[in-house]
Amino acid sequence: MRFLCLSLALLSFSLLSSCKREGRIALQKDSVDFNLHIRPILSDRCFKCHGPDGGQRKANLRLDLRENALAHLKDNPNEFVIVPGNAAKSELFRRISAHDTAQLMPPVKSNLKLNEDEIALIGKWIDQGAHYKKHWAFIPPQPVVVPKVNTNAWPRNDLDRFTLARMEEAGLVPNEEADKERLLKRVSLDITGLPPSLEVQEKFLHDSSPSAYEKLVDALLSQAQYGEKMATYWMDVARYADSHGYQDDGLRTMWPWRDWVIHAFNENYPYDQFVTWQLAGDLLPGATKEQVLATGFNRNHKITQEGGVIQEEYRIEYVTDRTNTFGKAFLALTFECAHCHDHKYDPISQKDYYSTFAFFNQVPEKGLVGDITLASLADPPKIKFTSQEINDLYTYINKKDTAAVEVMVMRDSARRPTYILKRGAYDAPGDRVSFGVPSAILPYDSMSYGANRLGLAKWLFDKKNPLTARVFVNRMWQEFFGRGLVKTSGDFGMQGEMPSHPELLDWLALDFMNNGWNIKRLVKQIVTSATYRQSSVMDKDKMAVDPENILLSRGPRVRLSAEAVRDLALASSGLLVKEIGGPSMKVYQPKGIWESSTSGRGVLARYIQDHGDNLYRRGLYSFIKRTVPPPGMLMFDASNRDQCEVKRLRTNTPLQALMLMNDPTILEASRVFAQRLLAEKSTAEEKITKAFRSIVCRDAKPEELALLIQYFEDEKMKFEKSPAKARQLIKAGEYPQPGTNDVVTHAALMQVIHTVYNMEEAITKT
Amino acid sequence: MDNEFIKNRMHVTRRHFLGKMSLGLGSVALGSLLIPDLFSGKDDTPFPVGLPHFAPKAKRIIYLFQNGAPSQLESFDYKPLLSKMRGEELPASIRMGQRLTGMTSGQKNFPLVGSHFKFQQYGKSGAWVSELFPNTAKIVDELCFIKSMHTEAINHDPALTFMQTGAQQGNRPSMGAWLSYGLGSENKNLPAFCVLLSRGRGNGQGVYSKLWTNGFLDSIHQGVQFSSSEERVLYLKDPNGRDREDSRKMLDHLAQLNELNYQEFGDPEIQTRIQQYEMAYRMQTAVPELTDLAQEPDHIIKMYGADCLTPGTYASNCLLARKLSEAGVRFVQLYHQGWDQHGNMVGEMPLQAQDVDRATAALIMDLKQRGLLDETLVIWGGEFGRTNYCQGDMSNNNYGRDHHPRCYTIWMAGGGVKPGIAYGESDEFGYNIIRDPVHVNDFHATVLHLMGLNHEQLNFKHLGRRYRLTDVAGKVVKGILA
Repeated sequence: MRFLCLSLALLSFSLLSSCKREGRIALQKDSVDFNLHIRPILSDRCFKCHGPDGGQRKANLRLDLRENALAHLKDNPNEFVIVPGNAAKSELFRRISAHDTAQLMPPVKSNLKLNEDEIALIGKWIDQGAHYKKHWAFIPPQPVVVPKVNTNAWPRNDLDRFTLARMEEAGLVPNEEADKERLLKRVSLDITGLPPSLEVQEKFLHDSSPSAYEKLVDALLSQAQYGEKMATYWMDVARYADSHGYQDDGLRTMWPWRDWVIHAFNENYPYDQFVTWQLAGDLLPGATKEQVLATGFNRNHKITQEGGVIQEEYRIEYVTDRTNTFGKAFLALTFECAHCHDHKYDPISQKDYYSTFAFFNQVPEKGLVGDITLASLADPPKIKFTSQEINDLYTYINKKDTAAVEVMVMRDSARRPTYILKRGAYDAPGDRVSFGVPSAILPYDSMSYGANRLGLAKWLFDKKNPLTARVFVNRMWQEFFGRGLVKTSGDFGMQGEMPSHPELLDWLALDFMNNGWNIKRLVKQIVTSATYRQSSVMDKDKMAVDPENILLSRGPRVRLSAEAVRDLALASSGLLVKEIGGPSMKVYQPKGIWESSTSGRGVLARYIQDHGDNLYRRGLYSFIKRTVPPPGMLMFDASNRDQCEVKRLRTNTPLQALMLMNDPTILEASRVFAQRLLAEKSTAEEKITKAFRSIVCRDAKPEELALLIQYFEDEKMKFEKSPAKARQLIKAGEYPQPGTNDVVTHAALMQVIHTVYNMEEAITKT
Repeated sequence: MDNEFIKNRMHVTRRHFLGKMSLGLGSVALGSLLIPDLFSGKDDTPFPVGLPHFAPKAKRIIYLFQNGAPSQLESFDYKPLLSKMRGEELPASIRMGQRLTGMTSGQKNFPLVGSHFKFQQYGKSGAWVSELFPNTAKIVDELCFIKSMHTEAINHDPALTFMQTGAQQGNRPSMGAWLSYGLGSENKNLPAFCVLLSRGRGNGQGVYSKLWTNGFLDSIHQGVQFSSSEERVLYLKDPNGRDREDSRKMLDHLAQLNELNYQEFGDPEIQTRIQQYEMAYRMQTAVPELTDLAQEPDHIIKMYGADCLTPGTYASNCLLARKLSEAGVRFVQLYHQGWDQHGNMVGEMPLQAQDVDRATAALIMDLKQRGLLDETLVIWGGEFGRTNYCQGDMSNNNYGRDHHPRCYTIWMAGGGVKPGIAYGESDEFGYNIIRDPVHVNDFHATVLHLMGLNHEQLNFKHLGRRYRLTDVAGKVVKGILA
């Protein structure tokens, strides 16, 4: 129960961090909690100089460890930094509350400040005995009792009891369940990344059986498009791209790895297997080619082809990337901070960093890859799949021609010694290190795990590892709710945010581990919850108390991803080609984007657009040239695949408006959709109704329909006066154009449909 | 869009907007455009940020980036000793263990070579300029040369990334994005950060969109690339068959549909979306007007050179930069490619200089005659310098130079910098700095300072850490401040 009260206070902080009234609520609470209240302040404002980083530590004082914080002052054995139970006698409190700026901590110069409430909290914490606790994320998830709630009728599964308990505590009532149309759109987009077809809409809306929704979810999870949706997310984590990055940015072939990821999600490989294969598939006893292919994960980083680079400098860069990716992707820790010095906030020493680095430092590779002019596809180590093998065994690799395909993978060479690199510099080796990890997470026992990447994977999936399961269930939560239970889904360290529902996070993590790391099961658990099924209407009172929806008293309402915006247009208009996998596509792109930026070398110097079916594949297959990613996708916050990313921004900008108004794909979808509707025997009203339902996935309201019909009539009149304009407009895109007599109606209907594509609700999961 | 409309239909509360703004201070400026009384303080929460941090010297920046690293030894850093010692080996006492790129690490000798091009002193300041830059020579009294720049990177990609984002690796926001974040836009119809690309005839190295990335900042701060095609900003042009009036009609219907949806859901994002469509529409009018260079008077065209009427040339981009800057664009970033003279210095350097010399000088004079130079900071320079020794074969008529991070020259002009000075100095070999070194971090700190921003205070917390353009270092170069 204490957790709940305190988290509520925390919530108040995050709502208005500087609002005094709210802060005082926290002070009224009986007990100040180190993890919830104190560490975030100390970490953010004090640890930079008084934390784990020995190199930067001032006055030899560290506040992250209790025994050090209770020590006497360096120059006065009778005075102490912290006197438990007595803030007034504690030097720490005196300094943070000093009026004399020469005495004040943090120093003015640091640009860091404590506000009155934070000072009072620290005072109260000292008065209460200055108890320390291990950082929450490093304590393994503990079995949790599912909380009791007042409104027993609401929860659909245990997960709901956790969210409802918090809502009841805060005096909030959950929203109604979303209407069926919206719920269908939401869950379809969330599971498959595609809007529901009219047939699916029809079927679901007329299925009044109690199990209708569950049947729907099962059906969605069994579609191959589920794997594509999940892979899209994983490609950000894995910094997947179709080019090497850096200056010349030549072509690479990693898409067979991406095809495997789709396959793995569709086959519902347990998360531990999915990740173990990617980290160490090559080291598994009797490794199959599939297991080796999976290790392409760690070869997706950028590789330079700039003539004249110093090989070792870049080789170190690649190992660094793998190490940082490992930290962020699986542990949600900012390992990269310990690359040059001890981590300033988290217990990751530079030695720890290079001990983990050692696992990834064994690849027989060079800093400079291939020859840009030869369009080298992959440098060693790599794996080759013949056409025969693909046809017989690895059918998920979508390769049409008969040539073999090579993909970069991991391999360990004879042991390469690893040293701490001073200041992170490749040419400044310090002490030699052996394999290891930051032991504050979970000590690494080489004897039982083994001293290689496979051992590292075993350590990662040791049930005692406090982070792995939490981090993944949190990411999945973020995918469905738009916000993780830990908002900083890439940082579970001291500087990250506390979980909004710590017990729920633990419950989910344990449940996930105890049920075989079953990803589809986790997804189903989330989307069948009452929490997820709520309407996303934003009630004014709730907005005032909880604008970020931290307490989850409404459903998620989130703009679609860059890929999903494209997919929506293609799917609803009937243009989508549902082929899975294969080489990435060069879709419509404004002219000259690659050409104006290129070094002129390599096969990617010029953008040669694809034609035909390739123009209508899903967004995840868009060709990613790292130095010049598809501009329309960047506008919608897609990753540039420079580094591992676990959370995209979600912005709302004028350039997005420009793209939706003028992008050829959206215009073409509008044109083709109108064309198809014209071929049907129906009234204008029926055509508009159908278009609206296909795109927005619900029936238009009478006033919406009236408005669109009026608009259609107006446009028709306009085009009748200038049919030349109509003829120009319906030229959009390369998709075949059957000759039509009625260009005026076609153009008018296209305008209406294009307007619907631009609706905020169309590109929003509502 | 009048105030009434906003009051009645824009249900976004000030607090919501400020909440959104935590994504970036720059969008505060955008916010204030959308909600005129955003900062009137009527709400009970005091507005938490007050930027700039102090009175700025410059309001806008035009950065003429010379991509590939132009040789300081053939442009502005005159080293006659190198000609005297032509062919002699670079003394180890000068090289002092400087690492080599992979291109010259196999080279057995490092023969010194002087400039093929003649130098002369110009102006009251007596600045040395090579014969390749006759127009720049005429404006040297406006320029502040920094002859002691140094960087840590030795290859193009990391060096460019370092100059632009303050870090060699990593997805950090670029300078323009930081300024957009810190200061916002002065023009409600244009992005705060615009990028213009051109390519010379010399050996080129390409540019990358990560150089104008928003990094972890809100994507509103991303540099908007202007292209040389008819459509200057991506997706700006109405499709064929739809004119402005048609688009207006579409937006009006769209706004009504979105408004209906807002009534049902109450999501402030819907109102923001409506506003963004309005700004997009305004950009569609503002950008073509602004980029129509043919409307410039003859004497201006003459100043920049006839090339300036050919879209995509450096001259055209300089003129466009002036217009964008004049219209209030905070940061105009040009890149001119082709400055990587590993060989054929004699053939390529004149071509590169010819591309940029006239238009660069014209830009400075043009800004000055409009009274804008005082409030505009213009920067010219590349990502590192070039070696004083020859790379590859040295013939009587030709030579090349490899990358040299330890010392190079850039110049600044206008807003808040001392005109007509040379700051810092390299040794007589043009190899090491002997006075007042300026590190890339110092350069960034100084540029931010000129814009009224304290480089230590302009930060953004991301993944647990407060990031700055200057990372953990940098000091303002006081010696160049006017």
